[in-house]
Amino acid sequence: PCRTRCCAPPALSPAMNCRAEVLEVSVEGRQVEEAMLAVLHTVLLHRSTGKFHYKKEGTYSIGTVGTQDVDCDFIDFAYVRVSSEELDRALRKAVGEFKDALRSSGSDGMGQISLEFYQKKKSRWPFSDECIPWELWTIKVNVVNLANEQERQICREKVGEKLCEKIINIVEVMNRHEYLPKMPTQSEVDNVFDTSLKDVQPYLYKISYQITDSLGTSVTTTMRRLIKDTLAL
Amino acid sequence: AMDTDLSSQDRKDLDKFIKFFALKTVQVIVQARLGEKICTRSSSSPTGSDWFNLAIKDIPEVTHEAKKALAGQLPAVGRSMCVEISLKTSEGDSMELEIWCLEMNEKCDKEIKVSYTVYNRLSLLLKSLLAITRVTPAYRLSRKQGHEYVILYRIYFGEVQLSGLGEGFQTVRVGTVGTPVGTITLSCAYRINLAFMSTRQFERTPPIMGIIIDHFVDRPYPSSSPMHPCNYRAGEDNCAVYPSVEDSQEVCTTSFSTSPPSQCVFTVTKAHFQTPPPVVTDTLKVPVMGLAFSHQLSSSRLSYQPAALGVGSADMGYPVLFAGGLNAAHPHQLIGPGKEGGVPPIPSQPAHGTQADQERMCTPLDGVHYSAATPSSSEDTETVSNSSEGKCGSPHDLLETIFIRKVGAFVNKPINQVTMANLDIPFAMFAPKNVELEDNDPMVNPPDSPETESPLQGSLHSEGSSGSSTGNTHDDFVMIDFKPAFSKDDILPMDLGTFYREFQNPPQLSSLSIDIGAQSMAEDLDSLPEKLAVHEKNVKEFDAFVETLQ
Repeated sequence: PCRTRCCAPPALSPAMNCRAEVLEVSVEGRQVEEAMLAVLHTVLLHRSTGKFHYKKEGTYSIGTVGTQDVDCDFIDFAYVRVSSEELDRALRKAVGEFKDALRSSGSDGMGQISLEFYQKKKSRWPFSDECIPWELWTIKVNVVNLANEQERQICREKVGEKLCEKIINIVEVMNRHEYLPKMPTQSEVDNVFDTSLKDVQPYLYKISYQITDSLGTSVTTTMRRLIKDTLAL
Repeated sequence: AMDTDLSSQDRKDLDKFIKFFALKTVQVIVQARLGEKICTRSSSSPTGSDWFNLAIKDIPEVTHEAKKALAGQLPAVGRSMCVEISLKTSEGDSMELEIWCLEMNEKCDKEIKVSYTVYNRLSLLLKSLLAITRVTPAYRLSRKQGHEYVILYRIYFGEVQLSGLGEGFQTVRVGTVGTPVGTITLSCAYRINLAFMSTRQFERTPPIMGIIIDHFVDRPYPSSSPMHPCNYRAGEDNCAVYPSVEDSQEVCTTSFSTSPPSQCVFTVTKAHFQTPPPVVTDTLKVPVMGLAFSHQLSSSRLSYQPAALGVGSADMGYPVLFAGGLNAAHPHQLIGPGKEGGVPPIPSQPAHGTQADQERMCTPLDGVHYSAATPSSSEDTETVSNSSEGKCGSPHDLLETIFIRKVGAFVNKPINQVTMANLDIPFAMFAPKNVELEDNDPMVNPPDSPETESPLQGSLHSEGSSGSSTGNTHDDFVMIDFKPAFSKDDILPMDLGTFYREFQNPPQLSSLSIDIGAQSMAEDLDSLPEKLAVHEKNVKEFDAFVETLQ
């Protein structure tokens, strides 16, 4: 089948039946990575299944998802993530780019990183496939600068508490049991899930970010990252 | 009537799902309070043995307890499964931290597909549980357990009892799953008022020695079940006690899982060291533990500010802060109850915990256990409660009589000031307590202190506290150790405050002493004529000497 790049950047996709959640955090520069990873991993924990194995008669079996605890170094916080090194690497790469962009933007240190879950809808030639988002998580980040060690220590604890609240918020949303894509047949599975990883199967997702300049507007350096490159299959 | 709408196969499946969901819920909660990081592997090829497609290990003892509590029933309206997490200090005081409730209400969702949607939603709910168990306050407490306190769990089935959580407890909902027979709800009520409150009189209990897992005394509730520590170290021998999960018949028969589940053998993620299985020893004294406490305290980063609450005891094993400088002769020596106590003195040790110390700490007993030699001599005191308001009425007075402070930087401050500042700190029972046992300290005025025995102590410890209390009136010394500004935990014990205290009152120079001065003056005057005579005799030598200089 022909793979094509997904069309629209997540922020501009038509929000049809796409629920959107926004979380905000204020962190110190060195806490950005861990805070973002904590949130993204928690979302993906809920949005990943074991690998599907299709059998005859249209049934399938599902692999097992392992989990592991992660302690943060710069935040008094710990979270659970899916045991998948590939997934962890992909998230770290995206978060690393976001952190670098934040740092080099020279602005007040404000930006947002988005995690979008989408479905692919095949179109006929010459039209490219559509990407239809069904859930969008946006984390707004505000980087603060702290003056001394005591403030940093307080920040460690406060950010830890804030992240606890965010995890509870995420779980609340997950618990609503709102729209989830139908379980696909074998031919459709790549339109719903990212099947490129060897140990787990998250829903198709993409991560992108924006840095806000001091005027508060989104800068043109919106970058899109396709974690699963739909080209390279 | 609702049952007829559900096919019998679906009903059977649903019951099985709920049963295993309950068992897995308990596993997740208890494992999250073990104090260790949990790590399980993903597996792409389905083995069919992992319920809800999640790799959650089964600790056999925990499954056993859960099945015992459920006694073949399932959560239903008015019959909830509860996992109670509590904390027990080395002094024997305990406090409920959380109650996790798995409840069922009457709201049915007839349309939902059991074998598919319900199953997947239960899986999602377990994932949420994994996430939420890391964000309640008890998680961080459980990661630091082992020395001053342990975390215990208790499973019960029936009505939810939240009264032990103190005032103002908060609730977090993990999630709900609707089924054709009702809606499953999973939530957690957790204490936020972490100021330590003892449910008993604040008594001194003798050491809790060598506790084995299943020897915890039952709570005084009629339908209570015994409490169990969460950080269970499963060795091969221990596993034999409990049957492993009998899953051979309990196959997950959904369309997407085919092979029968295999036996789950629980292997605890590696602890720092191999420890022998716990052994009950009524008479085991573990003086080393005291030192271990001190290292833990000086090196751990407790979230709560240390304060000297301790109705402290001089007995060894009680949490003692590194007492550098307290003993003039050996600055680095912690003195045990010594003479009559039968507890050998602790040899000198550096302040920061070393690996050797860590091992020493844990080898006498399994990691679960701590021996806190709680004081034998005690006042019959009121409960010292650090209520959240931070006020202490009578307990404040009580502390006045108990705290004796050594000569030092704060010697001129009234006791009131010192203890008040500390009493409003939550979780003060984690406070490091210094033990000072110098017999000849003139500043010391130990109060009379009769012994008390707690029921807990009575049942666990046959020897009683006779050993450490014989006539040792200095048992009640408690050094309040303040961390002066800029002092660090992990440097050598001569921190600024200790240094200052120790050298604040040096002895007087003998030459400045008036008596001695007067005495020698008289002597000098008397001896002058003699000296002059001697010098006259040697006049020639002196002259010769002077010549050489010219």
